[in-house]
Amino acid sequence: MDRISPALERLHPRTPEPVRWRVRIEASAGDFRLDAEIEGGAAPVVVIGPNGSGKTTLLRVVAGAYRPHAGRIRIGDRVLFDSERGIRIAPEERRVGYVPQGYGLFPHLTALDNVAFGMAAGTERRPRPERRRVAAELLAEVGCAHLAQRYPATLSGGEKQRVALARALLPGPEMLLLDEPLAAMDVAARRGLRAYLARHLAQRTHPAIVVTHDPRDVCALGSPVVCVLEEGRVVQSGPREHLAAQPATDFVAEFFAVDQFPVRVAEPPTRRGPCTSS
Amino acid sequence: MTRGRSLTERAPFLAAVPMLLILAVPLVALAGASSPGDLAAGARNPLFGPALWLSTRTTLVSLAVVVLAGTPLAWWMASRPGRRSRIVESLVDLPIVVPPAVMGIALLEAFGRNGLFGPALSSLGLHIPFTTAAVVTAQIVVSAPFYIQASATAFRRVDEDLLIVARTLGHSGSSAFFRVAVPLALPGMVAGAALCWARALGEFGATLLFAGNLPGTTQTMPLAIYTALESDARVAVALSLVLVGASAFLLFPLRTVPALIVRRFGTGNPGGGRPVRGIAGP
Repeated sequence: MDRISPALERLHPRTPEPVRWRVRIEASAGDFRLDAEIEGGAAPVVVIGPNGSGKTTLLRVVAGAYRPHAGRIRIGDRVLFDSERGIRIAPEERRVGYVPQGYGLFPHLTALDNVAFGMAAGTERRPRPERRRVAAELLAEVGCAHLAQRYPATLSGGEKQRVALARALLPGPEMLLLDEPLAAMDVAARRGLRAYLARHLAQRTHPAIVVTHDPRDVCALGSPVVCVLEEGRVVQSGPREHLAAQPATDFVAEFFAVDQFPVRVAEPPTRRGPCTSS
Repeated sequence: MTRGRSLTERAPFLAAVPMLLILAVPLVALAGASSPGDLAAGARNPLFGPALWLSTRTTLVSLAVVVLAGTPLAWWMASRPGRRSRIVESLVDLPIVVPPAVMGIALLEAFGRNGLFGPALSSLGLHIPFTTAAVVTAQIVVSAPFYIQASATAFRRVDEDLLIVARTLGHSGSSAFFRVAVPLALPGMVAGAALCWARALGEFGATLLFAGNLPGTTQTMPLAIYTALESDARVAVALSLVLVGASAFLLFPLRTVPALIVRRFGTGNPGGGRPVRGIAGP
């Protein structure tokens, strides 16, 4: 049960069971082909990969923005997409929270109205005063009560992240999709936010897919499963330690070797985990 | 400061002066050609009132039609990148480059008594040429591209992630369109609408050929100026000054409203993504 937010508990009182989820998709956009299969449980799965490997496309397919030509997407006992059975749930009915790279806050709405946006339509629709009250509560819980009337252009990267997270959580999603949640921040801000995000995800029983290009994020999120996407295919997945010890590709080797040596040596990566440095 | 240096600094400005003069001199001359007495006489002329009223009515109707019908087309063009939308885009641009007189002939060929749809319309009891409806039709055809292109450009600059987020937050495609895409594209849409209105207000060639020059029915302000010039140049000048005033009035929101909207949200529209196929839209 989410202990992070009394406001959310009141809003979504049912106790969610820890869920298993599975995504198997074939999709293409222009020349790019994505053919991936990923699964996980309540703990966040971290997806890494070079630029253009299909990480963002994967999240958008799960969110329902792109239509794969084949495959199946299941979260718990809900099937969101199944090409064989002709199932395709609309994005607004998937109950997934999507936080895109750069956070995707609506620039024409205040932080408060950004958070309240999820209750402005659909089955979760509530009257405006109630919307604003719940959103204000949630903003306060992520430590951003003082930002309620500010427009996103005036927020720092860390503030945007918190507002975007609060906004995604408000409708009670069954899965969180986070695209480079820490990319837009400077080094100092990253450390605090990484800890915040890790704490938050650990307190949730709902699964999350987190896309990142930073090895330190993988460590901080304490994720048991890391999934490596290259050219639209899953080339390796498993516990972080396993990947670091036996990298299947050059990318994986380099990814987990990044903060070990100031100078790269022409030897296989050592067994020392990349997370020993703070 | 040396003489030579100041000359090189002024050179770009001096080179710019001729164009500035070409643009400004006619309007300055127009303003100078008329005295307040002439203006009053022009406003009392029987051509003036009906033409002003007709122009106001028809341009408002054509603007409404263009916004209502053009917005979905602009959205479609912006959200479907590919060959088909590029072809459509060129078609939309055509009325900008085709001379208005040619558009007038084309409209006659389409809706005239012996045109493509003329007989069908006649059998329904509809007769478009040389009516006020023809004035509106001509205005729509020549002015719509300005609105559609400006709106499509504005829609293309809406970050696709914002639309995906709106959908995942429980909003349907049309809700995401009206609550996210339209507000963010609004500065571009307003600018396009102002340009479109100005073009409709000045429409002459296609109107003359397709709608004629009947006082009270099809004689808009530009046609009234044309008619007045044959009898009394002072009336033509007075009418012209009214049109200049109306145009300046349109230029004002064109320049200021988009800037005001952008200023209110800080940076306005982040990112340069394209809307996703079908992720939002009515």
